Amino acid sequence: MLDAIGVASADELFESIPEKFRLREPLPLPGPMSEMEIIQYFQARAAENARGYTSFLGAGVYQHARSVVADALIQRGEFLTSYTPYQAEISQGTLTAIFEFQTLMCQLTGQEVANASMYDGSTAMTEAVLMAERLTGRHRVLVARSVHPEYRQVLATYAKNLGLQIEEIGYTKSGQIDAATLTGEKLGDVAAVVVQSPNFFGVLEEIPVLAETAHGAGALLVTTIAEAVSLGIVRPPVEADIVAMEGQSFGIPPSYGGPYVGVIATRDKFVRQMPGRLAGRTTDSAGRRGFVLTLATREQHIRREKATSNICTNEALYALAATIHLCLIGKEGLREMALHNLAKAKFAAAELEKIPGVRRVFSGRVFNEFVLEFPRSVKLINHALLREKIIGPLPLGVHYPELTKRGLVCVTETMPRAEIERLAANIKKILETPLS
Amino acid sequence: MYPADFHYTKDHEWVKVDGSIATVGITEYAQEQLGDVVFAELPKIGAKLNAGQAFGTVESVKAVSEIFMPVSGEISEINPTLSDTPENINKDPHGSAWLVKIKMSDAAEVSKLMDAKAYEGYVAAQAKEH
Amino acid sequence: MNSKLTLEEVATNVRKAARHVNQSEGLIFEKSAPGKRGMELPPLDVPAVDPAEALGAELTRGEIEGFPEVSEIEVIRHFTRLSTWNYAIDLGMYPLGSCTMKYNPRVNEFVARLDGLASEHPAQPVDVSQGCLRILYDLKQCLLAITGMDTATLQPVAGAQGELTGLLMIRAYLESQGNARKKVLIPDSAHGTNPASVVIAGYEVQNIKSNERGQIDTDHLREFCTEDVAALMVTNPSTLGVFEERIAEIAAILHERGALLYMDGANMNALAGVARPGDFGVDVMHLNLHKTFSTPHGGGGPGAGPVAVKKILEPFLPVPVIAKKENRYVLETVRPKSIGRVRAHSGNFGVLLRALAYTLAYGPGIRQATQDAVLNANYIRKNLEDSFDLPYDLPSMHEVVFSDARQKKHGVNTMDIAKRLIDYGFHPYTTAFPLIVPGAMMIEPTESESKEECDLFIDAMRSIAAEAETNPEIVKTAPHSTRVGRLDEVAAARKPILRWKP
Repeated sequence: MLDAIGVASADELFESIPEKFRLREPLPLPGPMSEMEIIQYFQARAAENARGYTSFLGAGVYQHARSVVADALIQRGEFLTSYTPYQAEISQGTLTAIFEFQTLMCQLTGQEVANASMYDGSTAMTEAVLMAERLTGRHRVLVARSVHPEYRQVLATYAKNLGLQIEEIGYTKSGQIDAATLTGEKLGDVAAVVVQSPNFFGVLEEIPVLAETAHGAGALLVTTIAEAVSLGIVRPPVEADIVAMEGQSFGIPPSYGGPYVGVIATRDKFVRQMPGRLAGRTTDSAGRRGFVLTLATREQHIRREKATSNICTNEALYALAATIHLCLIGKEGLREMALHNLAKAKFAAAELEKIPGVRRVFSGRVFNEFVLEFPRSVKLINHALLREKIIGPLPLGVHYPELTKRGLVCVTETMPRAEIERLAANIKKILETPLS
Repeated sequence: MYPADFHYTKDHEWVKVDGSIATVGITEYAQEQLGDVVFAELPKIGAKLNAGQAFGTVESVKAVSEIFMPVSGEISEINPTLSDTPENINKDPHGSAWLVKIKMSDAAEVSKLMDAKAYEGYVAAQAKEH
Repeated sequence: MNSKLTLEEVATNVRKAARHVNQSEGLIFEKSAPGKRGMELPPLDVPAVDPAEALGAELTRGEIEGFPEVSEIEVIRHFTRLSTWNYAIDLGMYPLGSCTMKYNPRVNEFVARLDGLASEHPAQPVDVSQGCLRILYDLKQCLLAITGMDTATLQPVAGAQGELTGLLMIRAYLESQGNARKKVLIPDSAHGTNPASVVIAGYEVQNIKSNERGQIDTDHLREFCTEDVAALMVTNPSTLGVFEERIAEIAAILHERGALLYMDGANMNALAGVARPGDFGVDVMHLNLHKTFSTPHGGGGPGAGPVAVKKILEPFLPVPVIAKKENRYVLETVRPKSIGRVRAHSGNFGVLLRALAYTLAYGPGIRQATQDAVLNANYIRKNLEDSFDLPYDLPSMHEVVFSDARQKKHGVNTMDIAKRLIDYGFHPYTTAFPLIVPGAMMIEPTESESKEECDLFIDAMRSIAAEAETNPEIVKTAPHSTRVGRLDEVAAARKPILRWKP
């Protein structure tokens, strides 16, 4: 090949790089490793983690039942190793699946149109807010404090330099957004009211009422969903104008933070202000049904600095995983899964509330997460629980200084009753042991 | 090809004046450059804009073209048929596919625009460049 | 039984095959029938709850209308059939310029799924996350060695998010110096994400023209680099696949005027192990792990876009920051000057992990991979120079940009040639980019391709060049071998149908 090109060595091919910048020696990197060594390295790392622990963490990332079928299918090379489906004729597999994903997201959220994925729930919510700003031409946003704290941090990072003014709205004893503060005066020139449901405390918000309040002042309602399995039983936010959802609950493993799959769903009339790719149905010259990426003029590769977003790479493979998972679990199965979550969380809350000094903090209706108050620091309790290979409640004091000694407990359908009872027994024992 | 009673801009908009009202569209040359039009984004009625300001876009599948105010004034009407039949911009750009009507604030601005003959020369020069 | 079929009979039978269920697979919703499902849950081991009682009737939903009800084998067949309509790296060369579609090692998929890695929750205590944190730390160290930068964040989950993160850090740094400035300079050859990211970072875009060599015009840069300019975003090698020879001078011009140099690392596959951006004056850069570091593109994502920076930008890194203290890995969350978070949780750990697996597999040999990628691109260039127009006759690195100028004379454009490549068994190259080349044909083979595969590609391209002269119609109407022909994108955009309805 060198002869064909007419050079003596591969080094000659790099002569356009100024000599002083060309490395003489190979870099001091670990490796090379054979396949076996790579596996050994990662197995050793896995052993340093919480493998074999029972975890009661949720807070935006959930352990749900997953079928091996979805994981096997997304590893087909035709899906795994294909690019963004710009060349429609040889991408019909991905495009058809995306169209199915968009449809499923509409069915679940009660919205009219959904995109082909965002990075995750936090960035989807942020993009939904920017979309509301474009739609209303207003620059103030009211965000419930009961929205996931990290989602709010991401929004703050993006909003900082865009002239967007963000104000936070507190919560009531029910754990819901303090809707009484959403007066006409407060809502004047507001682009969007942003809530999460179930919210960070696990409590469901009353979407129809909030939508009416927002719309009365010409604002939009943005609803975030971090626990998507709730949609198996919880009424979808049909009155919301934009829904920003995290789809991790649909068969995607926690993987220490990602990759997951975000989605934005909205009304048809807002579609041209929606970021992200879209697959649309059309026909070929012979009249056969096919799918293409469409409405691309919203996107950065065409509109550049005037695009609706800078998003390019999305989370297509995990949109596919979610699609396959939802097809497997189906209409009845999703409802059943949601009911199991509801029942197990209720059971767990009752078991834990039996412990002296432990009580529920919020009175609102919950799905699979709830907040408990403990008579001592949650971190101390968790420290002791770790010795029993239990990862306990998420301490809330870090994000809510007023909620020290409170912890967020999550119980999904994957949690056996015996483990819930073991958690309760251990917390009881820990609290009975005097602090040294 | 280019109606003699119209005035034209360098950005390929045409203007037809009727009293204080200016009807605006994009030219045959513009629609041909753009290809199949799939969408036209038009301003709200009542918007007040100056000559040269962008007031909307015309889009094909892979391109977006901004459209600019040929004269200053207030948007008094938008073409309601374009949301359902954007393809009319390809078929009849100088007629039924007009975009907006403007209540002009300074009718004298029209005199700064090209007449049909000047525009034809301008288009011919543009075509050579490409 | 063995009687010979006439040609007409053969054709009829092929048509029958084309009508086989595999080629006419419907949507999953169209296969749905009441009562079917493909996944079961264990029986509920706690008392059941009446949802209307637990949540209130106003907060519960009824049946999800139109939601699929199918069996496990139906799901498997449906998605397996769909998969056969895709092209993929696993099927053959994927010469998409600027996308670096290299082999995605299977061992990476295996280790990403290990119990103890895939199962870990991002909020679990660091005491029981040391393995995850070490993976992140080790990857960070590898990326710093490869880029020659001082420190990095692994949080951004895509190249475009990396761009935004880098720009926000530049802004925070300049603000700390007293003036955030107003503009970011972008060459006309840049990816569309660059200007889009600049706007979200609160800056104005100032486009600057490339010179006749497709490179940044330093005189032009001197003229535009005023006190309003915060940074220049440069892709190096450029989107023409050419190294910016005056990169050090460009950095000096910017630094002299208090501006910073941002490098889009989309084309790092031409440099890894050969030259380090940190050495030639780059202050901030992002890497696309789904390009250079082999993580699978998955039909559009996920990706990861770590950002590496020089020391001066360290205080502004997004939180949390992974650090090592006395042999223990920690997440630093309290950093007052940080730009904040760009994504909830810790970023795309599963992608980062695969990138580390790739890096460990090569080790110092990553230099060889880069050399092979550049060798392949130059081999293809040499063999296609006689057939296609080369608008910029400059030394190519990992990719080469031809134009359709010669074929245009026969009415055949870059898109037609790209579509015809499909009939020859290849994925198209990148068409119509970079914007500075009319009718661009951007070819990036990567190091994954053998000489034999490159030769097949060269033969295909030469054959299409001949067809463009002798039989342009067959090129203009391509592809002829796919399940569907060219699709009506205009109709799709005029009356968008974006979801299935019963």
